Amino acid sequence: MATPPQRSPLGRVRGLGSSRSGTHHWWMQRVTSIALLPLTIWLVFALASLAGAGFSQVQAWAAKPLNAMLLLAFLGIGFHHTAAGWQVILEDYVKPERRRLIFVLLVNGLCALAWLASSFAVLRVALL
Amino acid sequence: MSLSEDGQHPDYVGTRTDGTPVSRPLSPHLQVYDMLQMTSALSIMSRATGIAWSIGLAFLVWWLAALAAGPLAFADVQWFLGSVFGWVVLVGLIVVTWYHTLAGIRHLVWDAGHGYDIPSVYRSGRMVLVGTAALSVLTLIILIAAWI
Repeated sequence: MATPPQRSPLGRVRGLGSSRSGTHHWWMQRVTSIALLPLTIWLVFALASLAGAGFSQVQAWAAKPLNAMLLLAFLGIGFHHTAAGWQVILEDYVKPERRRLIFVLLVNGLCALAWLASSFAVLRVALL
Repeated sequence: MSLSEDGQHPDYVGTRTDGTPVSRPLSPHLQVYDMLQMTSALSIMSRATGIAWSIGLAFLVWWLAALAAGPLAFADVQWFLGSVFGWVVLVGLIVVTWYHTLAGIRHLVWDAGHGYDIPSVYRSGRMVLVGTAALSVLTLIILIAAWI
Protein backbone atom coordinates (compact mmCIF):
# COMPACT_ATOMS: atom_id res chain seq x y z
CA MET A 1 0.00 0.00 0.00
CA ALA A 2 1.42 3.35 -1.06
CA THR A 3 1.95 5.91 1.67
CA PRO A 4 -0.42 8.88 1.37
CA PRO A 5 1.20 12.14 0.21
CA GLN A 6 2.27 14.35 3.11
CA ARG A 7 2.12 17.60 1.13
CA SER A 8 -0.45 19.10 -1.19
CA PRO A 9 0.49 20.08 -4.74
CA LEU A 10 0.02 23.72 -3.68
CA GLY A 11 2.46 23.34 -0.79
CA ARG A 12 4.94 21.72 -3.17
CA VAL A 13 4.65 24.57 -5.68
CA ARG A 14 5.15 27.19 -2.98
CA GLY A 15 8.39 25.52 -1.98
CA LEU A 16 7.41 25.33 1.68
CA GLY A 17 8.24 22.42 3.90
CA SER A 18 11.08 20.65 5.55
CA SER A 19 13.29 20.36 2.47
CA ARG A 20 13.73 24.13 2.09
CA SER A 21 14.06 26.82 4.73
CA GLY A 22 11.39 25.25 6.99
CA THR A 23 13.74 23.52 9.38
CA HIS A 24 16.33 26.29 9.40
CA HIS A 25 14.01 28.66 11.27
CA TRP A 26 13.02 25.95 13.77
CA TRP A 27 16.63 24.83 14.21
CA MET A 28 17.93 28.38 14.76
CA GLN A 29 15.30 28.90 17.47
CA ARG A 30 16.79 25.91 19.31
CA VAL A 31 20.39 26.93 18.69
CA THR A 32 19.76 30.48 19.95
CA SER A 33 17.85 29.17 22.98
CA ILE A 34 20.82 26.99 23.96
CA ALA A 35 23.21 29.93 23.55
CA LEU A 36 20.88 32.17 25.56
CA LEU A 37 20.82 29.80 28.56
CA PRO A 38 24.27 30.74 29.98
CA LEU A 39 23.98 34.32 28.67
CA THR A 40 20.61 34.89 30.38
CA ILE A 41 21.80 33.44 33.70
CA TRP A 42 24.86 35.72 33.51
CA LEU A 43 22.84 38.81 32.53
CA VAL A 44 20.11 38.43 35.17
CA PHE A 45 22.55 37.99 38.05
CA ALA A 46 24.90 40.69 36.69
CA LEU A 47 22.06 43.21 36.38
CA ALA A 48 20.67 42.29 39.82
CA SER A 49 24.14 42.88 41.32
CA LEU A 50 24.21 46.32 39.66
CA ALA A 51 21.07 47.49 41.47
CA GLY A 52 21.70 50.84 43.12
CA ALA A 53 24.97 51.40 41.26
CA GLY A 54 25.63 54.91 39.93
CA PHE A 55 26.25 56.03 36.36
CA SER A 56 30.05 55.81 36.43
CA GLN A 57 29.96 52.45 38.21
CA VAL A 58 27.63 50.95 35.60
CA GLN A 59 29.68 52.50 32.76
CA ALA A 60 32.86 50.98 34.17
CA TRP A 61 31.12 47.61 34.37
CA ALA A 62 29.85 47.76 30.76
CA ALA A 63 33.22 48.99 29.48
CA LYS A 64 35.04 45.86 30.71
CA PRO A 65 35.87 43.81 27.58
CA LEU A 66 34.32 40.57 28.88
CA ASN A 67 31.08 42.28 29.95
CA ALA A 68 30.86 44.25 26.69
CA MET A 69 31.43 41.11 24.66
CA LEU A 70 28.83 39.11 26.57
CA LEU A 71 26.36 42.00 26.30
CA LEU A 72 26.87 42.13 22.51
CA ALA A 73 26.46 38.34 22.29
CA PHE A 74 23.28 38.46 24.37
CA LEU A 75 21.80 41.29 22.27
CA GLY A 76 22.61 39.66 18.91
CA ILE A 77 21.36 36.19 19.85
CA GLY A 78 18.51 37.55 22.01
CA PHE A 79 17.00 39.70 19.28
CA HIS A 80 17.40 36.88 16.75
CA HIS A 81 15.51 34.57 19.14
CA THR A 82 12.87 37.26 19.83
CA ALA A 83 12.20 37.87 16.13
CA ALA A 84 12.02 34.11 15.46
CA GLY A 85 9.61 33.57 18.37
CA TRP A 86 7.34 36.45 17.36
CA GLN A 87 7.29 35.16 13.79
CA VAL A 88 6.05 31.72 14.87
CA ILE A 89 3.32 33.28 17.04
CA LEU A 90 2.24 35.63 14.23
CA GLU A 91 2.19 32.74 11.76
CA ASP A 92 -0.07 30.80 14.13
CA TYR A 93 -2.60 33.51 14.86
CA VAL A 94 -2.58 36.27 12.22
CA LYS A 95 -4.68 35.99 9.08
CA PRO A 96 -4.82 36.69 6.16
CA GLU A 97 -1.40 36.07 4.64
CA ARG A 98 -0.88 39.70 3.59
CA ARG A 99 -1.41 41.00 7.14
CA ARG A 100 0.76 38.20 8.55
CA LEU A 101 3.61 39.12 6.20
CA ILE A 102 3.38 42.82 7.17
CA PHE A 103 3.50 41.97 10.89
CA VAL A 104 6.42 39.56 10.46
CA LEU A 105 8.38 42.17 8.50
CA LEU A 106 7.59 44.84 11.12
CA VAL A 107 8.73 42.62 14.01
CA ASN A 108 11.93 41.68 12.20
CA GLY A 109 12.61 45.33 11.39
CA LEU A 110 11.98 46.47 14.96
CA CYS A 111 14.20 43.72 16.36
CA ALA A 112 16.98 44.62 13.92
CA LEU A 113 16.77 48.32 14.85
CA ALA A 114 16.65 47.60 18.60
CA TRP A 115 19.62 45.24 18.24
CA LEU A 116 21.62 47.90 16.34
CA ALA A 117 20.71 50.68 18.81
CA SER A 118 21.61 48.65 21.90
CA SER A 119 24.79 47.19 20.39
CA PHE A 120 25.89 50.65 19.26
CA ALA A 121 25.33 51.88 22.83
CA VAL A 122 27.48 49.07 24.26
CA LEU A 123 30.25 49.73 21.73
CA ARG A 124 30.15 53.44 22.49
CA VAL A 125 30.48 52.83 26.23
CA ALA A 126 33.23 50.24 25.73
CA LEU A 127 35.29 52.09 23.12
CA LEU A 128 34.94 55.78 23.95
CA MET B 1 -6.14 19.18 -5.29
CA SER B 2 -7.46 19.40 -1.75
CA LEU B 3 -5.64 21.51 0.82
CA SER B 4 -6.66 19.05 3.53
CA GLU B 5 -3.59 16.89 2.84
CA ASP B 6 -1.51 19.77 4.19
CA GLY B 7 -2.33 19.15 7.83
CA GLN B 8 -0.09 21.86 9.28
CA HIS B 9 -0.75 24.53 6.67
CA PRO B 10 -1.41 27.92 8.34
CA ASP B 11 -4.46 28.46 6.11
CA TYR B 12 -5.71 24.96 6.82
CA VAL B 13 -9.34 24.38 5.80
CA GLY B 14 -10.67 20.84 6.21
CA THR B 15 -13.86 19.07 5.21
CA ARG B 16 -16.45 17.43 7.41
CA THR B 17 -17.49 13.83 6.73
CA ASP B 18 -20.44 15.14 4.67
CA GLY B 19 -18.04 17.09 2.47
CA THR B 20 -18.83 20.62 3.68
CA PRO B 21 -15.76 22.82 4.31
CA VAL B 22 -14.77 23.62 7.89
CA SER B 23 -12.05 25.89 9.27
CA ARG B 24 -9.88 24.00 11.74
CA PRO B 25 -8.34 25.64 14.84
CA LEU B 26 -4.61 26.15 14.97
CA SER B 27 -2.38 25.22 17.91
CA PRO B 28 -1.91 26.25 20.72
CA HIS B 29 -5.36 27.80 20.73
CA LEU B 30 -6.72 29.85 23.63
CA GLN B 31 -10.37 29.23 22.75
CA VAL B 32 -10.00 25.48 22.34
CA TYR B 33 -7.80 24.27 25.15
CA ASP B 34 -8.84 24.24 28.79
CA MET B 35 -6.58 26.78 30.47
CA LEU B 36 -7.17 25.24 33.91
CA GLN B 37 -5.19 22.19 32.78
CA MET B 38 -1.53 22.53 33.77
CA THR B 39 -0.25 21.20 30.43
CA SER B 40 -2.02 23.75 28.22
CA ALA B 41 -1.70 26.57 30.78
CA LEU B 42 2.10 26.16 30.96
CA SER B 43 2.27 25.87 27.17
CA ILE B 44 0.58 29.20 26.51
CA MET B 45 2.51 30.73 29.44
CA SER B 46 5.73 29.85 27.62
CA ARG B 47 4.63 31.95 24.65
CA ALA B 48 3.21 34.74 26.81
CA THR B 49 6.45 35.05 28.78
CA GLY B 50 8.35 35.09 25.49
CA ILE B 51 6.28 38.09 24.41
CA ALA B 52 6.73 39.70 27.84
CA TRP B 53 10.51 39.28 27.41
CA SER B 54 10.19 41.80 24.54
CA ILE B 55 9.19 44.38 27.15
CA GLY B 56 12.29 43.45 29.13
CA LEU B 57 14.40 43.90 26.00
CA ALA B 58 12.84 47.33 25.44
CA PHE B 59 13.96 48.30 28.96
CA LEU B 60 17.42 46.85 28.31
CA VAL B 61 17.73 48.95 25.13
CA TRP B 62 16.60 52.06 27.02
CA TRP B 63 19.05 51.32 29.87
CA LEU B 64 22.01 50.78 27.50
CA ALA B 65 21.15 53.77 25.29
CA ALA B 66 20.93 55.99 28.39
CA LEU B 67 24.24 54.60 29.63
CA ALA B 68 25.84 55.67 26.34
CA ALA B 69 24.02 59.02 26.27
CA GLY B 70 25.20 60.31 29.65
CA PRO B 71 24.46 60.76 33.37
CA LEU B 72 21.26 62.80 32.85
CA ALA B 73 19.60 60.22 30.60
CA PHE B 74 20.78 57.44 32.89
CA ALA B 75 19.28 59.21 35.91
CA ASP B 76 15.86 59.05 34.20
CA VAL B 77 16.12 55.26 33.86
CA GLN B 78 17.35 54.93 37.46
CA TRP B 79 14.45 57.09 38.64
CA PHE B 80 11.93 54.92 36.79
CA LEU B 81 13.42 51.60 37.96
CA GLY B 82 13.51 52.90 41.53
CA SER B 83 9.84 53.90 41.48
CA VAL B 84 7.03 51.65 42.71
CA PHE B 85 5.89 50.98 39.14
CA GLY B 86 9.50 50.28 38.16
CA TRP B 87 9.79 47.69 40.92
CA VAL B 88 6.57 46.00 39.79
CA VAL B 89 8.00 45.85 36.25
CA LEU B 90 11.35 44.52 37.50
CA VAL B 91 9.82 41.79 39.68
CA GLY B 92 7.50 40.81 36.82
CA LEU B 93 10.39 40.65 34.37
CA ILE B 94 12.48 38.52 36.75
CA VAL B 95 9.65 35.96 37.08
CA VAL B 96 9.00 36.05 33.32
CA THR B 97 12.70 35.58 32.55
CA TRP B 98 13.11 32.52 34.76
CA TYR B 99 9.84 30.96 33.63
CA HIS B 100 10.70 31.34 29.93
CA THR B 101 14.23 30.05 30.54
CA LEU B 102 13.12 26.96 32.48
CA ALA B 103 10.21 26.26 30.10
CA GLY B 104 12.77 26.56 27.28
CA ILE B 105 14.95 23.88 28.92
CA ARG B 106 11.82 21.70 29.21
CA HIS B 107 11.17 22.18 25.49
CA LEU B 108 14.78 21.32 24.61
CA VAL B 109 14.44 18.07 26.58
CA TRP B 110 11.25 17.32 24.65
CA ASP B 111 13.01 18.15 21.38
CA ALA B 112 15.68 15.60 22.33
CA GLY B 113 12.87 13.05 22.60
CA HIS B 114 12.49 12.64 26.36
CA GLY B 115 9.70 13.06 28.90
CA TYR B 116 6.59 12.76 26.74
CA ASP B 117 4.58 10.45 29.03
CA ILE B 118 1.91 12.16 31.12
CA PRO B 119 3.53 11.67 34.59
CA SER B 120 6.83 13.10 33.26
CA VAL B 121 5.03 16.04 31.65
CA TYR B 122 3.39 16.93 34.96
CA ARG B 123 6.63 16.40 36.89
CA SER B 124 8.66 18.66 34.57
CA GLY B 125 5.84 21.21 34.67
CA ARG B 126 5.96 21.34 38.47
CA MET B 127 9.78 21.56 38.31
CA VAL B 128 9.48 24.62 36.05
CA LEU B 129 7.04 26.31 38.47
CA VAL B 130 9.09 25.54 41.59
CA GLY B 131 12.33 26.50 39.82
CA THR B 132 10.83 29.80 38.65
CA ALA B 133 9.79 30.67 42.21
CA ALA B 134 13.17 29.67 43.69
CA LEU B 135 15.31 31.49 41.11
CA SER B 136 13.08 34.59 41.26
CA VAL B 137 13.46 34.77 45.05
CA LEU B 138 17.24 34.26 44.72
CA THR B 139 17.47 37.02 42.10
CA LEU B 140 15.42 39.38 44.28
CA ILE B 141 17.65 38.66 47.30
CA ILE B 142 20.75 39.52 45.22
CA LEU B 143 19.04 42.63 43.84
CA ILE B 144 17.93 43.91 47.25
CA ALA B 145 21.32 43.09 48.81
CA ALA B 146 23.07 45.10 46.06
CA TRP B 147 20.54 47.91 46.45
CA ILE B 148 21.05 48.36 50.19
